[in-house]
Amino acid sequence: MRIFDPHIHMTSRTTDDYEAMYAAGVRALVEPSFWLGQPRTSPASFFDYFDALLGWEPFRAAQHGIAHHCALALNPKEANDPRCTPVLDALPRYLVKDSVVAVGEIGYDSMTPAEDTALAAQLQLAADHGLPALVHTPHRDKLAGLHRTLDVLRESALPPDRVLLDHLNETTVKPAADSGCWLGFSVYPDTKMDEDRVVAVLKTHGLARTLVNSAADWGRSDPLKTRRVGDAMLAAGFADADVDQVLWRNPVEFYGLSGRLRLDVPPPQTPGDPRGVGGPPLHEGNSILRGGE
Amino acid sequence: MTPLTRTELDGLLDGAARAWLDDALAEAASHAAARTTAGAPPSPPSRIPPWEVRFAAAGRCCSPEHADAVRTLLLHEARADLKTLTRLYRQGAAAERRAVLLSLPRLVDSSAALPLVDDALRTNDTRLLTAALGPYAAAHLDSHSWRQAVLKCLFTGVPLDHVHQLAVRARGDAELARMLTDYAAERTAAGRPVPPDVHRALALAEED
Repeated sequence: MRIFDPHIHMTSRTTDDYEAMYAAGVRALVEPSFWLGQPRTSPASFFDYFDALLGWEPFRAAQHGIAHHCALALNPKEANDPRCTPVLDALPRYLVKDSVVAVGEIGYDSMTPAEDTALAAQLQLAADHGLPALVHTPHRDKLAGLHRTLDVLRESALPPDRVLLDHLNETTVKPAADSGCWLGFSVYPDTKMDEDRVVAVLKTHGLARTLVNSAADWGRSDPLKTRRVGDAMLAAGFADADVDQVLWRNPVEFYGLSGRLRLDVPPPQTPGDPRGVGGPPLHEGNSILRGGE
Repeated sequence: MTPLTRTELDGLLDGAARAWLDDALAEAASHAAARTTAGAPPSPPSRIPPWEVRFAAAGRCCSPEHADAVRTLLLHEARADLKTLTRLYRQGAAAERRAVLLSLPRLVDSSAALPLVDDALRTNDTRLLTAALGPYAAAHLDSHSWRQAVLKCLFTGVPLDHVHQLAVRARGDAELARMLTDYAAERTAAGRPVPPDVHRALALAEED
């Protein structure tokens, strides 16, 4: 089973996670920029984070045989802090980078006027840069948030077939599907969706334009939930090709809209044990270890 | 790494990439010419010069395996000065930073770009370490930083073949020999193998 996790925050995860993900079949992922748990207080803090998503994290992922791309944006929560909003002015120079495959994650948190402004501005940036957008739906007041999101999308220059609406559930999937956008389901241990509920939604709504992600981050979450969904699909009678469509071909098609996906990362030297027995893994001809080991 | 020439690159790129590179180099040359023309209107600060967008996009437009060569050509054609190189490094993704580091020997004839090399050597990203340890570092890096860089290569598994003029700088360096001997002892005490490059560098450092 080959897996593309279209939404996971690897900055918050360990090398054990990378190893387990590779062993489970994950070969590619997209890391959208988001809130770090601790609010940022300046644009410079975002820039260091963006640099990590363009430098260190892809390097770390490649060490484990996983292709890493990112989506960059000012997240909706911090769009409310005027100390952070200058990030919007700096985004154009980041959105031209090779491994940026979307603007995201954007959307609503508390549905404030500042979030309206940031969402509209960043949808325009996506259109201007030939990028699709990853738009999450809010955790609180989700259905109303979805409708407000769809209103802003309709007024934007970005067509719905270049938008992935994420964190959907049973109450929001129909209006989201009717909008013509791509549909994302985040599978969590306790909140959001679980694997069996996702399988039920897939049976009802079909597989087209549907993506499943772990959205794993610094909270209670599980980077192997994509694999669990694949297993649950097979157990429910879906074919291998169906699993491949949801867990690989659909995310490749969506992020491929950017024209920037590169999925040819070589495997680690010893799968599941990237340091190998005889030495460290090779990346571009070089092995990688932390200094001091 | 010896940068590829335009002719060599043309033999490697497909038609679309060659056409893209033609346009990119023309934009870089035009930027260089405008900078030297008195009274040329400056670009608005919020607008990224077109050749710099090309610099960022070289991986997807000419393939990642040729990106180093394309980007170093662009920097050369734009006659990027230290201020520009520093900005492109600081604002660049890792692959762009690599290209800046690889360009230093051709574009900077003083030690003024050492802060960029120091920055790269502080990382654990072997793509940056290898690019930082070319002819520019061999010419300008002070002894302490250079020894630390050699040791870091050994720690991170970067083959010492990537260290430009290793033999020249290592020869007779008693302090480097001491560091390598201590490192070998530490590995042995931990029951870990001593990388062959340690013995090789030690032999060089112990030469008169």
